[in-house]
Amino acid sequence: MRIATLSVLAVSVLLAACGEPEKPAVTHVDFQKELQAKLIKAKAGDVIEIPAGTYQLDRSLSLKASGVTIKGAGMDKTVLSFKGQKSGAEGLLVDASDFTIEDLAFEDTKGDSLKVVGGKNIIIRRVRTEWTNGPATENGAYGIYPVQTENVLIDGALAIGASDAGIYVGQSRNVVVRNSRAEKNVAGIEIENTIGADVYDNVATGNTGGILVFNMPNLQQAGRATRVYHNQVQGNNLGNFGHKGTPVASVPAGSGVVINSNDQVEIFDNDIGEHKTANLIVSSYFSTGYTNLSTAEGFDPYPESIYIYGNRFGPGGDSPDNLELKALRISQYGLSGRLPDILWDGYVNVDKLKDGKLPADLAICVDNGSAGMINVDAPNGYKNISTDMSSHKCSLPKLPAIELASAKAGQGA
Amino acid sequence: MKRWGVLVGALLLAACSKQSAPLYLPEGENYPQTLSEWGMLKLGGGHLQPVAEVTPYDLNTPLFTDYAHKMRTVWMPAGEAANYGEEHFDFPVGTVLSKTFYYPRDEKGQLRLNSQDDRDANTGLALDRVHLVETRILLKQKSGWVALPYVWDEKQQEAHLELAGDSQSLSLLDDQGKALAVNYEVPDANQCAGCHEESHGQGINPLGPKARHLNKDLVYSEGSANQLQHWQQKGLLKGLPAELAGVPQNALWGHPRPGESLEMQARSYLDANCAHCHNPKGPARTSGLMLNLATATGIHSGLCKQPVAAGKGSGDRLVDIHPGKPDESVLIYRVESTDPSVMMPELGRSAVHHEGVDVLTRWIASLDGGC
Ligand code: HEC
Ligand code: HEC
Repeated sequence: MRIATLSVLAVSVLLAACGEPEKPAVTHVDFQKELQAKLIKAKAGDVIEIPAGTYQLDRSLSLKASGVTIKGAGMDKTVLSFKGQKSGAEGLLVDASDFTIEDLAFEDTKGDSLKVVGGKNIIIRRVRTEWTNGPATENGAYGIYPVQTENVLIDGALAIGASDAGIYVGQSRNVVVRNSRAEKNVAGIEIENTIGADVYDNVATGNTGGILVFNMPNLQQAGRATRVYHNQVQGNNLGNFGHKGTPVASVPAGSGVVINSNDQVEIFDNDIGEHKTANLIVSSYFSTGYTNLSTAEGFDPYPESIYIYGNRFGPGGDSPDNLELKALRISQYGLSGRLPDILWDGYVNVDKLKDGKLPADLAICVDNGSAGMINVDAPNGYKNISTDMSSHKCSLPKLPAIELASAKAGQGA
Repeated sequence: MKRWGVLVGALLLAACSKQSAPLYLPEGENYPQTLSEWGMLKLGGGHLQPVAEVTPYDLNTPLFTDYAHKMRTVWMPAGEAANYGEEHFDFPVGTVLSKTFYYPRDEKGQLRLNSQDDRDANTGLALDRVHLVETRILLKQKSGWVALPYVWDEKQQEAHLELAGDSQSLSLLDDQGKALAVNYEVPDANQCAGCHEESHGQGINPLGPKARHLNKDLVYSEGSANQLQHWQQKGLLKGLPAELAGVPQNALWGHPRPGESLEMQARSYLDANCAHCHNPKGPARTSGLMLNLATATGIHSGLCKQPVAAGKGSGDRLVDIHPGKPDESVLIYRVESTDPSVMMPELGRSAVHHEGVDVLTRWIASLDGGC
């Protein structure tokens, strides 16, 4: 194993930083070149260490070699700052397998902070991605963004201020997101078109929507089998500052956990509260404002086999961020009333109904004490609103836990 | 003693005229630090031109790079040839492709923005009328293709290998007297793969020397000829169909041939500028937007398609291509942008290609239907 440390330069950078704190950011060109050259020449087994310090970069970094580890001195100590970035759509773009990155931070990237495309065995540990100006529409889209990856562990990460999702796992397989924190993003944690994900022991707070499990049309893989459990999802009421046209743009402020068009989703043992619109939303692609013209054949826009049980719901549903829902709350529950904890838009695949009911294995099942669910009947213009739980009092076979070697290894430590 | 003398003399001569033979490097990572060591281009007599064994080539619709002009060359080891394929040619080990990026320069030394052809078939580029920025090399080795960026020095005497790339602030003056500031980025060696790894996991591949791009005439010192036939005659290409009519051909950029419709011009542009990423196996496959020729016009090529992970790249527009409405199409928003997190292509330019945007805009405006 080769360990490359960028030490000499780091010291001079630190010195410079201490000497003239007020000056505008000057790119550390030599550091940037040296680090990128290391990434280009990296071979399997290499560990690239970046010592403590704040480094100013103006173009994106990229890694193509598999088997490489990038390591900082801590996510508050080693900071790659991209303020004023001139080129590149991300901070670091990784197209490699057996990749580990830990203990460092990406700040103020123009686009996504850390994007990993198409690799296997990815570990992202104690990495912070942050837009330091706070939530803003000009911020980059994603903080931590593995896409089309397999066997992914995101552990102890912190994502702040993304104009789309703080932690966004797209089109991947076999994923664990845990012990992480997402705040002040449009979406805190989003699992999209992913097969097999466990999302647990995370905190999502101060986002527009806390934890999202979505399926988008026209992609190579439809997602299913995600478990969201033992998370703290609290007070995600931030005004939606995402861009129209993006999947998260339709998420109303004040959404705790949102399932959209995804299947086989289990939500259990979470603390979910303080959400103005609803603590939990189950919805279809049709509720995002697109028509059939926008979906290729074969796309399934209906959330099916959804199992919600044993969550602890706090207050919520008292001031929905959606005109129809606002009116509905007042007409159904009075001026000071609130919507039930679980809100369902009411879209079902009529082709699959048997005697007017979804087959048991496709149902939305709720076994959550006194928590209620409201079907707002969006397909019929909110006409036949129902809080009848009878067809949702059911259970589904539980999903298996994700088997991930890297997650097990980390468990004991 | 005598023999030594002769050798030294020969070496000296070679060094003076910078005219070593083209470098054959079938394996190993000992890549030359300077461009001259490759022996592909010769610099002398106030000109930069391919050496005798090296063939220049050109493309029907090329990639846009901040209005830089480009001189492309191909060299194959003596006696070796590429095998024709409708989609890809199979090049022999040792093949070297080069692309030199430069700007025309006026008599005052000012860099110009224009589309003139500066290349003379006999003398190449006149150094007092061009500013050389970089030369990119693709080398085919036994283990696959390698991409290497060389950056020209200020004296315009030599280009040096810069694996980590480079950036330069340039100002281009157009014929109306307007200046365009360009923040020219030489990609780093990983970013080369960001475009040249057209199929994930297949490694780097050449993008330009394909039948449909090369199928055009070029002026050689011997006169004008179709490039594919010229390659065949020189023994650089085997298996070319006897009838050129059966060989695909993209639209000729800026000067469409009779019958090359607006749609074909737009598709040729997307092919050269986007399809190496936007194909089912390319770096932009995660977006589900396929801009390669094999994808028929429809939802997968962007019609009424919602962007997937565009973030602010959506520009608050709802679909990639809204037929009839370029102003409501994400695609146009992104080619009009220079914000690195929005613009498309996401690498390789800092300026807007107005002529490209114009063709794409007119094409989308011409499409029927709604979303
Ligand atoms: C933005 C995408 C992009 C990037 C980045 C890029 N290339 Fe290319 N390159 C292309 C395209 C497209 C072509 C063919 C079209 C043309 O030449 O106009 C090409 C052509 C070439 C050629 C001529 C042979 C061929 O494949 O057509 C060479 C040599 C080359 N590139 C080398 C490089 C090197 C070295 C780098 C990195 C320093 C690089 N390229 C970065 C897109 C890119
Ligand atoms: C270097 C690779 C690359 C090149 C070249 C490239 N793109 Fe992209 N493009 C991407 C990536 C990666 C994405 C997905 C992430 C994003 O949306 O930013 C994307 C996304 C897009 C999207 C949003 C698609 C969706 O449905 O989500 C559009 C529109 C787009 N590109 C247009 C173009 C056009 C037009 C060109 C050529 C002028 C082009 N791109 C060239 C890499 C590339």
